[in-house]
Amino acid sequence: MSTPLLQVKNLCTSFNVDSGEVRAVNGISFNLDKGKVLGIVGESGSGKSVTAYSIMRILVEPGKITGGQILFNGEDIVQYSNKQMREFRGKRVSIIFQDPMTSLNPVYTIGNQLREAILLHTDRNREQANARALEMLQLVGVNEPEKRLKQYPYELSGGMRQRVMIAMALACEPDILIADEPTTALDVTIQAQILELMQELQKKMGMAIIMITHDLGVIADMCDEIIVMYAGRICERGTADEIFYNPRHEYTKGLLRSIPRLDTNHARLIPIAGSPVDLTNMPKGCAFASRCDECMKICLTELPEELDINDFHKASCWMNVKQVYDEAAREKEAENK
Amino acid sequence: MLKYTVKRVLLAVVTVFIIAAVTFFAMNAIPGGPFSKEKAPDPAVQAALEARFNLDKPVGQQFIIYLGNLARGDFGISLKTGREISQIIGEKFAVSAKLGGMAAGFAIVFGLILGSVAALCRNKWPDRLIIFLTTLFVSVPSFILATILLLVFALTLKWVGVFNANSPSYVLPVISLMLYPMSYITRLTKSSMLDVLGQDYIRTARAKGVRDSFVIFKHALRNALIPVITYVGPMIAGILTGSMVVETVFTIGGLGTEFVRSINNQDYPLIMATTIFLAVLMVVATLISDLVYKLVDPKITFD
Repeated sequence: MSTPLLQVKNLCTSFNVDSGEVRAVNGISFNLDKGKVLGIVGESGSGKSVTAYSIMRILVEPGKITGGQILFNGEDIVQYSNKQMREFRGKRVSIIFQDPMTSLNPVYTIGNQLREAILLHTDRNREQANARALEMLQLVGVNEPEKRLKQYPYELSGGMRQRVMIAMALACEPDILIADEPTTALDVTIQAQILELMQELQKKMGMAIIMITHDLGVIADMCDEIIVMYAGRICERGTADEIFYNPRHEYTKGLLRSIPRLDTNHARLIPIAGSPVDLTNMPKGCAFASRCDECMKICLTELPEELDINDFHKASCWMNVKQVYDEAAREKEAENK
Repeated sequence: MLKYTVKRVLLAVVTVFIIAAVTFFAMNAIPGGPFSKEKAPDPAVQAALEARFNLDKPVGQQFIIYLGNLARGDFGISLKTGREISQIIGEKFAVSAKLGGMAAGFAIVFGLILGSVAALCRNKWPDRLIIFLTTLFVSVPSFILATILLLVFALTLKWVGVFNANSPSYVLPVISLMLYPMSYITRLTKSSMLDVLGQDYIRTARAKGVRDSFVIFKHALRNALIPVITYVGPMIAGILTGSMVVETVFTIGGLGTEFVRSINNQDYPLIMATTIFLAVLMVVATLISDLVYKLVDPKITFD
């Protein structure tokens, strides 16, 4: 098997603030193969976006990568110089952000901002860059693209702006597109359009996608693999089918229960009780223990290791270990009988 | 845009008229007059002088006569020196504007640079030093600052000469005139820059692989300028018309000094002319800064 396009190994990212070190990402590892779609889900503060910013190395002070490796085609980008990083960003890996209303510079035209990345990373001259910008706008389905090039961001709707962001991110044909909650700030019909567009573009251009969201429903039919994050750690990972139909971590189960459904008549959604852990003061055991209905003694003192559920599914929950023991015990009992 | 400008100019005329009226009546409400001195002249002479300048008529009528002259472009003559007022203002404004123009230019350039530096080195020593100094310059009154500068650099160190009409040395007056606006612009730029640097579009620019200096000068500075422009417009007008304090300390005969002298002398036409001149300058500067907004922020529309 060839090396994966992107390998994240034991990545740790912290924010040093007055009240202590906030460990936003706490030793996560995952691989992303060429042309695949990886979903990262988790609630606010689980470290999804920080993971993305770490890969782009666009963390702002006081955020810092404190450990681990990020290998792109086998090269560790954590060790890259600023200059190497500039060539990497926007060309190899691009990112689109959550809020298209604020992610475009209000004082420059759409054309100017689209051209900027193209001029930076390709040999095109101004005229060719303009042509490329126009081509990208057409590709992402912006109507009247010639006119849009000369317009300012405030003259476009939210959905249009997100399309422009996508056009900008893909203009230099990156190998990976990171989408940091690309639909959260949009209304539902536009959400569907943007997701459809991303799938379509992925088929056309063949880039890998890291799709970050807090909404499991968004990534259900899009991702090859899903990672569920909680408190800066990965608690469960597997194919979409495994995660949806065979969740093996109490947090994932909680997330699934809190998705609104049309096919049952629950009067209310079932929320996950409690609030996220304090990242400056992480518990010794499982971070989710204090909110978990099935919490056992060991969960409070020992960190659960990642356990293979099957070839396509791993989870870090003591419940799975218990299950193994219980099964063994039952078998023994059966034998004894 | 033309419609907007015309509207603003018409409004400006109204503003200036109101300022002129208030000044005229307030001035006349002050006891005494240009020809009343400690040693009173002959009543007949005084009466003749007052009749010559229409001072014997009711104040309302005087105002109408004044406006009539003004409409013909006649500012009148100084009651003290008998010189044409338009000539006095032209001459004195040339001095003040030269001094003020330099001071305003330096204040803007250095203010923007220092403000950006402070924002970028936030909480490190350059930031702390810049903020300490600008706080100092904003709070110390200019006559103290100007006197200290004069004492240290002109008299003790003898690095620069003292200003005189034959060899005008503008260094110290320009510095004392620019420090306050420069410090103010620095602080404005810093806070507005910090605000802008935290915006999402800055992150977008960095994610595109734009180099840091471009992120700052292309993406951040232009957005950070918007609040600064509000201050700079009227600041330039104020600084061009001269500071009485700085001009007095350095014995430069500018418009500021002339204005204060005219009030002390109750030289009515000169007070009126200077006030109107300052008002017009201020209104024009504000109008220009509003128009400049459009250049910086495309979102602003004028209708």
